[in-house]
Amino acid sequence: MSTTTEHVEHAEAEAHGHDAHSSHKSTGYYVKVALILAAFTALETTTYWWPKSAHTLAMVTLFSMMAIKFVMVVSLFMHLKFDNKIFSWLFYSGLVLAVLVYCAFLACFQFFSS
Amino acid sequence: MADIAVHAPDTGDHGHDDHGGHDDHGAHHTSTGLSNNKMAMWMFLGSECLLFGGLISTYMLYRGRHSENLGPDQIYDIPFTSVSSFVLLMSSLTMVLAVSAAAQDDDRNTNLWLTVTALLGATFVGGQVYEFTAFYQEGLGFTTSLFSSSFYTLTGFHGVHVTVGVIMLLATVGMVRRNRIPGQKSEVVELVGLYWHFVDVVWIIIFTLVYLIPS
Repeated sequence: MSTTTEHVEHAEAEAHGHDAHSSHKSTGYYVKVALILAAFTALETTTYWWPKSAHTLAMVTLFSMMAIKFVMVVSLFMHLKFDNKIFSWLFYSGLVLAVLVYCAFLACFQFFSS
Repeated sequence: MADIAVHAPDTGDHGHDDHGGHDDHGAHHTSTGLSNNKMAMWMFLGSECLLFGGLISTYMLYRGRHSENLGPDQIYDIPFTSVSSFVLLMSSLTMVLAVSAAAQDDDRNTNLWLTVTALLGATFVGGQVYEFTAFYQEGLGFTTSLFSSSFYTLTGFHGVHVTVGVIMLLATVGMVRRNRIPGQKSEVVELVGLYWHFVDVVWIIIFTLVYLIPS
């Protein structure tokens, strides 16, 4: 009987893509993530004072840090990594649509060529 | 058997459930087996990407349209904005701790972390008000240039989102304290948390694209 109950609970957790025990991590885990995010922010800020000769490197650093921070907050703090994939689709479809639409918009104004 | 338990059709008897649409294992009696509230929140956040995408694109387009001495390079105070960014980032940490405490039915810590998050959010908004005041005193009004209009619109919209988030946090604290939250408490805190983290994520992009990339 208990085996059946466990099986049902496991199936429910799988169907939700959401395991209550794995989605909520310890306080230490979240503090570590926040410290990494803070370190990335500090690194980003320093690029403001980098010499102009390092412009390309600063750009690569800024865009990389921005993307990593974005994915970390969305995946770990918003639990998208541990949640049902439908939520990821809903959010990322909006995000991708926005990026495509506004890249096209900016291209119409010759933003990238100038 | 498990399949039947998981995908049981919505019989419309939510009112008989003490947890407001959830069974004892946290499952939802919906056609998808997922929380409709949570799905609606993620759809809302997806649509918000389009709103902020438009504002950011407009700013990027007009950031060079300003007078000689009132452009991004002259007026931005990067150390100050970095501290503001750090404050908002730390509010995401306190928010996730509130969500974690709510999942463990720990009302005391839920309220504590929600209050700290609201205070950090209010600090960020205060910083933005200070920044806007300083810019205005330097001569950068809303209609001074296309740059100033797009800058104030973008950062102002974000500031309004943070303010709404602070109000949501304080309202949640009051409702948790009075035990007035309908349905599952942890889900309500999680939904507020999703909104709050999104506001933080938008600032991550604004901070890089608006403040740090040289014009």
